[in-house]
Amino acid sequence: MGENVKLAFIVQKPQYKGETSRLGITHAISYQTVEILLEDGELVTPTLCFVGEGVLGLQKGQKAMDMYGVTSSETHIKNALLVDLDVFICKEDLAKYGIPEDSLPDAEEMGADKKLQIVPYSEIQKAIEESKHVMFF
Amino acid sequence: MGTLTIGCFPGLVGNMTYDFALKLADVAATKGHKVNIWFSGNATGSVKNHQKHLKDYSTGEKYLTALLAKGVEICTCEACTVARGIQKTDAIEKVQWNAMHWYLAKVHKSDRVLQIGGE
Repeated sequence: MGENVKLAFIVQKPQYKGETSRLGITHAISYQTVEILLEDGELVTPTLCFVGEGVLGLQKGQKAMDMYGVTSSETHIKNALLVDLDVFICKEDLAKYGIPEDSLPDAEEMGADKKLQIVPYSEIQKAIEESKHVMFF
Repeated sequence: MGTLTIGCFPGLVGNMTYDFALKLADVAATKGHKVNIWFSGNATGSVKNHQKHLKDYSTGEKYLTALLAKGVEICTCEACTVARGIQKTDAIEKVQWNAMHWYLAKVHKSDRVLQIGGE
């Protein structure tokens, strides 16, 4: 049986200010196709976590395609849920920036089983500790 | 000997973190470690060939070519690269082109991963 490597993708920069925070999401999503480059039985299991300023720019109702001609971060988050990623949002940081928990999107209409998980930082810390590699975006 | 994979996201010109990534890769490869480098974001602009090394600016081509000769695997994110107007025919030879799963596959087999974030 091949190794299942757990990875933590930690997004700590706000969406749209730079490219890095978005690349954190898209790199995590790419676990869906990594099997073509791995041996039989090998797996990559990512957890995508948003902390600090990384919780900014995730709300639903984004018009990035209309305004900028680019895919919104909301769409990327929905795609992450659709491919069964575990997505953690830091509860304390949402409160710090006054972002209501019900302003965040889900992908239920797309048929996703997963939902965003708004969790205390201690849960994110646990995911970090359980991961072989941690990558900050 | 171990395997080190470096995810490099910053642009070639404008800061020294890109320069640091290449120097670290060189030291690790010289010590005999297996080294992989993944370029994403603005770092992908550095795979353009025929770079002119002006002394006021960092340069990538000379160092990338040397790393490739040492057996370092270097791959650029195809989407990030073509979005910047660079085609394979304009790129440094032997740099691989692939998608983000290349990076995750290398990470899977690595003893250490260094993620050097971009702008």
